[in-house]
Amino acid sequence: MTHGFRKQLLYFMVALVWLFALLWPLLDINPDGTLGFWRSFAAWMPIAVAGSIVFVLYQIRQAGWLGAPARMLETGRQALGARLSLIPAWVWFVLIAAVFFAIPQFTDRRVHDILIQVLVYVCLGLGLNIVIGLCGLLDLGFIAFYGVGAYTYALLSLHYGISFWLALPVAAFLAMIAGCIIGYPTLRMRGDYLAIVTLGFGEIVRIILNNWMSLTNGPNGVMAKPLTVPLPMFEGGFRIEEVALRSLGDLYYVAFFLAIITIIAVNRLNFSRIGRAWEAIREDETAAELMGVNTFAFKLMAYAMGAVFGGLAGAFFAARMGFVAPESFTFLESALVLSIVVLGGMGSIPGIILGAFAIIALPEVFREFQMYRMLAFGGAMTFMMLVRPAGLIPAKRMGKRGEEEE
Amino acid sequence: MAGDTILELKNVAAHYGRIQALKGISLSVREGEVVSIIGANGAGKSTTLMTICGIVRASEGAVHYAGQDITRVNADKLPRMGLCQVPEGRRIFPRLSVAENLDMGAFFRRRKRRIRADMEMVYEYFPRLRERRSQAGGTLSGGEQQMLAIGRALMSRPKVLLLDEPSLGLAPIIVKQIFDIVQTINQEQGVTILLVEQNANLALQASNRGYVLETGKVVMADDAASLLDNPDIRKAYLGE
Ligand SMILES: Nc1ncnc2c1ncn2[C@@H]1O[C@H](COP(=O)(O)OP(=O)(O)O)[C@@H](O)[C@H]1O
Ligand SMILES: [Mg+2]
Repeated sequence: MTHGFRKQLLYFMVALVWLFALLWPLLDINPDGTLGFWRSFAAWMPIAVAGSIVFVLYQIRQAGWLGAPARMLETGRQALGARLSLIPAWVWFVLIAAVFFAIPQFTDRRVHDILIQVLVYVCLGLGLNIVIGLCGLLDLGFIAFYGVGAYTYALLSLHYGISFWLALPVAAFLAMIAGCIIGYPTLRMRGDYLAIVTLGFGEIVRIILNNWMSLTNGPNGVMAKPLTVPLPMFEGGFRIEEVALRSLGDLYYVAFFLAIITIIAVNRLNFSRIGRAWEAIREDETAAELMGVNTFAFKLMAYAMGAVFGGLAGAFFAARMGFVAPESFTFLESALVLSIVVLGGMGSIPGIILGAFAIIALPEVFREFQMYRMLAFGGAMTFMMLVRPAGLIPAKRMGKRGEEEE
Repeated sequence: MAGDTILELKNVAAHYGRIQALKGISLSVREGEVVSIIGANGAGKSTTLMTICGIVRASEGAVHYAGQDITRVNADKLPRMGLCQVPEGRRIFPRLSVAENLDMGAFFRRRKRRIRADMEMVYEYFPRLRERRSQAGGTLSGGEQQMLAIGRALMSRPKVLLLDEPSLGLAPIIVKQIFDIVQTINQEQGVTILLVEQNANLALQASNRGYVLETGKVVMADDAASLLDNPDIRKAYLGE
């Protein structure tokens, strides 16, 4: 065993002790001032054992004792990969879409609820991805567009009784206007300044929602009508009737529909001339300008398009909850969407879908762990960023465009 | 061989905030010429090119190109008018592939078939780029990146090509290759070239005429051959 092993062992031990030092004050300083030991020890022990097993396995692999089986696995994996890559991407898309389409038939309310949330965040993540992943503009106030979309539907349905499907384009349009308003003054800024200003705009929108009592009813929020779909009715003559969707299973299909629309739209944008201009701006703004890209117009368009998908997701959110309040649109939500994009892989559509699952669904699944949830979540995020800094599924499309019409 | 004046700067001044980088530059380039601007670091050579391209706004004076006043024209309109720059430090798009980088050069063009033909032409000039066409631009060597930057500009089918220090940081053998290609582009395609260089010897040998820039002013303008013979120039810029 080498010097490297000793050093790793030392780090491992220090990490275990450090974990215990973190857990102990959380669990064993009782409210009445007494101190304990066993509760934190009981929490620490399984983690330590699991960590030790991983550590030992890792060392065995480093020593090369797993060489033969690892090689077999690797060749198997490559053969499988080669086979799988023969299947065109759209087949995957249809397969996965079919699975998602079927899911509600086999699952219960709790799963529907989580999946709806995931799908909403897929829309949000893909919208933000246009701004950050493609155009390279950091936006910390993205949730404002979600809020604009949500309030648009809630207010339209409440005051004018406008149905969801009519309000949807209005919500997208108003979010787009908001995107332009936020985009316009920030376009000359870069990096840190842009981050701070967008953060400020996000907060401004939330504070307006909170204080404009006559329009938004302030912190008390607004009730929104439930989502309806027009269905043909045959009893007593043919007519079309608006039917309210009340079960989560039905709402799931609406979310699914919106997510599919978003995925297709973002995919098309990604591989269009516009997407190429966005990427050039992300890579080098001045060089893009020198190549004839109107950077001002394209950056504004990135904000506007990103906001559209935020607005769509927001309108659905309002219809699904039946109620909107400013507290749903805090900075924490913006940060959550941002972490979906970063964790999933900036610029990568499948990455962001997976990222939305990881960030929205996993914490729900781990609900039993209760107080460790955020700890596990933070740990997992840190770990992922160390292991896969470019995201779960990094964007890969090298050589895709210039050569594609070969 | 040289035709009408195609690019002209009249008494152009430019500022970065309160710092004046150009103090009344006048120069002209005729169709088909290779003209070089030489000068020490910080003399304002890059600023001159950026002002021509509208990235830096002229605070005084005017820039005329092909009979039009382009002083206030936005930078993104110029490539389609036939004026394209290869900026200092190459500034290729590092995460886009070589082919995508070239494609960006033809961003404003719509005819797919002609774009493909031009890409072939660039690959003829720089066979190295063809080999690496699906590799990320940022993973190329310095010389290859310079070739890519020039190739990308050629994709816009320029009439006038502005080159900012193409020799920067490259090995002499690569520099020679690149200068050969630049001269070929000038002769075969009749592209007018305005070349900025610190390597005065090299630049003047490849040029018809030259301008010498010092702290934002043109201090000398002459035929390249005369400049090469001028004892002051030899002392100041050719290291003698
Ligand atoms: N972005 C900038 N901001 C402020 N000053 C600048 C900037 N770019 C260049 N300058 C200044 O303008 C002058 C001319 O610079 P430049 O045109 O880059 O010279 P050259 O290309 O001849 O080396 C220098 O004094 C430089 O410090
Ligand atoms: Mg320079």
